[in-house]
Amino acid sequence: MSDDVAIVGIGIHPFGRHDISGMEQGAIAARAAMADAKVEWSDIQYAFGGSSAAGNADTMVSMLGLTGLPFINVANGCATGGSALISAYNSIKAGAADVVMAIGFDKHPRGAFDPDPASFGLGKWYGDSGLMLTTQFFGMKIQRYMHQHGITRSTLAKVSVKNFANGSLNENAWRRKPMSEDEVLDAAMLSDPLTQYMFCSPGEGGVALVLARADKAKEYTDRPVYLKSAVLRSRPFGSFEVFNSWLSPDRGNSPSVGAAKAAFEMAGVSPKDISFAQVQDTESGAEIMHMAECGLCEDGEQERMIQEGQTNIGGRLPINTDGGCIANGEPIGASGLRQVYESVLQLQGRAGARQVENATTGFTHVYGAPGISACTVLSV
Amino acid sequence: MEDRTCDDADMTEQRVVADGLFTWPSDEPQLIGSHFPESGVTVFPEATACPKTASRVVEQVLLPRRGTLWSWTIQGFPPKNPPYLGTESPKDFVPYGVGYVQLADEVIVESRLTVNDPAQLSIGMEMELVVIPFTTDPEGREVLTYAFAPVATQQNGAAA
Repeated sequence: MSDDVAIVGIGIHPFGRHDISGMEQGAIAARAAMADAKVEWSDIQYAFGGSSAAGNADTMVSMLGLTGLPFINVANGCATGGSALISAYNSIKAGAADVVMAIGFDKHPRGAFDPDPASFGLGKWYGDSGLMLTTQFFGMKIQRYMHQHGITRSTLAKVSVKNFANGSLNENAWRRKPMSEDEVLDAAMLSDPLTQYMFCSPGEGGVALVLARADKAKEYTDRPVYLKSAVLRSRPFGSFEVFNSWLSPDRGNSPSVGAAKAAFEMAGVSPKDISFAQVQDTESGAEIMHMAECGLCEDGEQERMIQEGQTNIGGRLPINTDGGCIANGEPIGASGLRQVYESVLQLQGRAGARQVENATTGFTHVYGAPGISACTVLSV
Repeated sequence: MEDRTCDDADMTEQRVVADGLFTWPSDEPQLIGSHFPESGVTVFPEATACPKTASRVVEQVLLPRRGTLWSWTIQGFPPKNPPYLGTESPKDFVPYGVGYVQLADEVIVESRLTVNDPAQLSIGMEMELVVIPFTTDPEGREVLTYAFAPVATQQNGAAA
């Protein structure tokens, strides 16, 4: 039952800064995914796609072909790609189609995101007075977490060092220069305790996936990767999210806790069984906190795991093997699908210099405003 | 800190960043929130439905002026304008503190802080509400918002 959906083709447009539109980057990724699955656009029976700042995904039919297929635009903040994937997964589960594309792309201006308070249900005052910055949230969340669970600044820096090192092995990554712990720590302090090189940057890129009914997967590839689960959760009461003017003293879990738990349960897989994980690293502290929220370790255990290199490629639990958001940047629409793209490469043994040995099961996790989390479990 | 909001009122025209966020003018300003008696949940600023139970039975509450610092950061680069009202160039930008302050067991509120020095901030320290000018709008008026000040610093400032 849980083996019903397979990923049979993947495509990417390199992340970074480019001279072409975000939509064109999405179309390039779509063509690459179709080539990987050896299908034509006319074979795609349903498509789900989205971007945050680069236009309506369904406009892309003018570049890929006016076949009349149903193409639904998805807009769900940082979980746009994950939501497109879940929609594709559900459409196959529901029997609406056998071959479906999920696509995400984006192209953001330079600098921190500058969202409109009204679109998050906030008064204009919130932006006027200088609180409408995602960076502040990440700074304050990890500040408290470090205070409660004994995470050090060295460990924050080591996450960036690892992700830049992994990115240096990834030809599609934006930041490909390895960086030392001192370089990360000595960079400009953007939002205490987080420096410039601990944060990812808004960027550009595109990713597309071709999904198919599992019993037909071998028609498209001899190495299908099974999407064992795909789960999205919004925030429960008491969570701590981006753009909250107040919090409840009655503290609760983040949406990642519920999404990850459901994803593992639906897949029938324990967090102990996974070969690697791609978790949202909007900044290095987020990767650390999300490890625990996703059930990959206990609160505070990250300090030792990261200091010992357990999350490096070759370690016990490699995390963000393609360099994560820190090395790839964050084109919002594409980011969650990049994690799945990398996981498929790893599970098919196509990850080259950053290949995790004997990878059989992977986990992905994306998180975004206003408190949404999307997780998948994949296996061969 | 520079507590000049009252004294300068005669010299420079001022406005609050938004009506309904805090009591003003006042020597002892308080944040204005909503309390939902059925769930016991308190939110800031005012809201029409309880985020926990969806109850729409609501009362306005004035929140405690003092609390403890729950977490903090320093805004180290100039935010984009818009949405930020500030117009300083990167060269002239003065970093500002931002934090969450827990007010008794009622609610934890997000706020600017009056200090921007990490050495002066620690989780659990006592904080008090003040009203400060943070920028000047295009019409030349100082714009006031609420902020929390470390209690010790606040007393020193008032004494100066």
